[in-house]
Amino acid sequence: MKIFIYAMIGFLFGLGITISGMIDPNKVLNFFDLAGDWDPSLLFVMGGGLLVNLVGLRVVTKTRATPLVEGQFPPAPNQKIEPRLVLGSVLFGVGWGIAGFCPGAALPALGALNVYPLYFVLALVAGMGLTRLVLRGMRSAV
Amino acid sequence: MTEFTPFSAAVGGGMIGLSATLLWLVSGRIAGATGILSGVVFPQNRADFLWKISFIVGMVVAPMALGLFAGVTPNVVPPFGPVQVIVGGVVVGVGVTLANGCTSGHGICGLARLSRRSLASVVVFMAAGFATVFVLRHVLGGGA
Repeated sequence: MKIFIYAMIGFLFGLGITISGMIDPNKVLNFFDLAGDWDPSLLFVMGGGLLVNLVGLRVVTKTRATPLVEGQFPPAPNQKIEPRLVLGSVLFGVGWGIAGFCPGAALPALGALNVYPLYFVLALVAGMGLTRLVLRGMRSAV
Repeated sequence: MTEFTPFSAAVGGGMIGLSATLLWLVSGRIAGATGILSGVVFPQNRADFLWKISFIVGMVVAPMALGLFAGVTPNVVPPFGPVQVIVGGVVVGVGVTLANGCTSGHGICGLARLSRRSLASVVVFMAAGFATVFVLRHVLGGGA
């Protein structure tokens, strides 16, 4: 039952990525291309998503002490900006600009049954795994 | 060139936001694609793995359903070959692991929770995206 609920919420996410056009790397790359044929659509995707969630989270948190099905609302977010966050964000933006896919768009894009999103997701997982290994190595070296 | 589609972009974006709100309502969890994928390929525990794999199955089925029932067949092919996609994918994988999040986790969820970390991350990764495409398309020139 629970897994069905999570699948439905993921389905809604995937519908949003597809309908918004973010599933298409060309639209993403043209959004980043201010000096070319700029396509501002992505601004409306992020703006629409943020606006709905900004209101939604407030309504939920004001009206409920605990979540509807399971778990707890997490404490207020950590506000610390450390070098690791900045470096990671730079690399994420660079990779996004190189490939035209971000993780949230590439996962639904797998459902289009084309090999390009698959290449991206496999490479993404390789990059994640490599970084986890290096971070673990650094932690155990300290 | 792609067409400017503000209406479908805002509607689709709103659905992504609603999905994030529903996940929060149901479980107090954050709808970040990085954390969701990472919990499936590097599982922490059974419950965490199960909700995350279910979420991903839903995500993947969505464009299939739109294709079957609405005749929508989105383009997912970039204007360049697989090597560039793979290089970018590895760099994104390193970046989102270090940054603990991506467009959905920091952008849609973190900003909505007024996280300064997420604001910093979004400003930096968007700036890096603009700079990268400028360099690839207009400085190095190789087209794409």
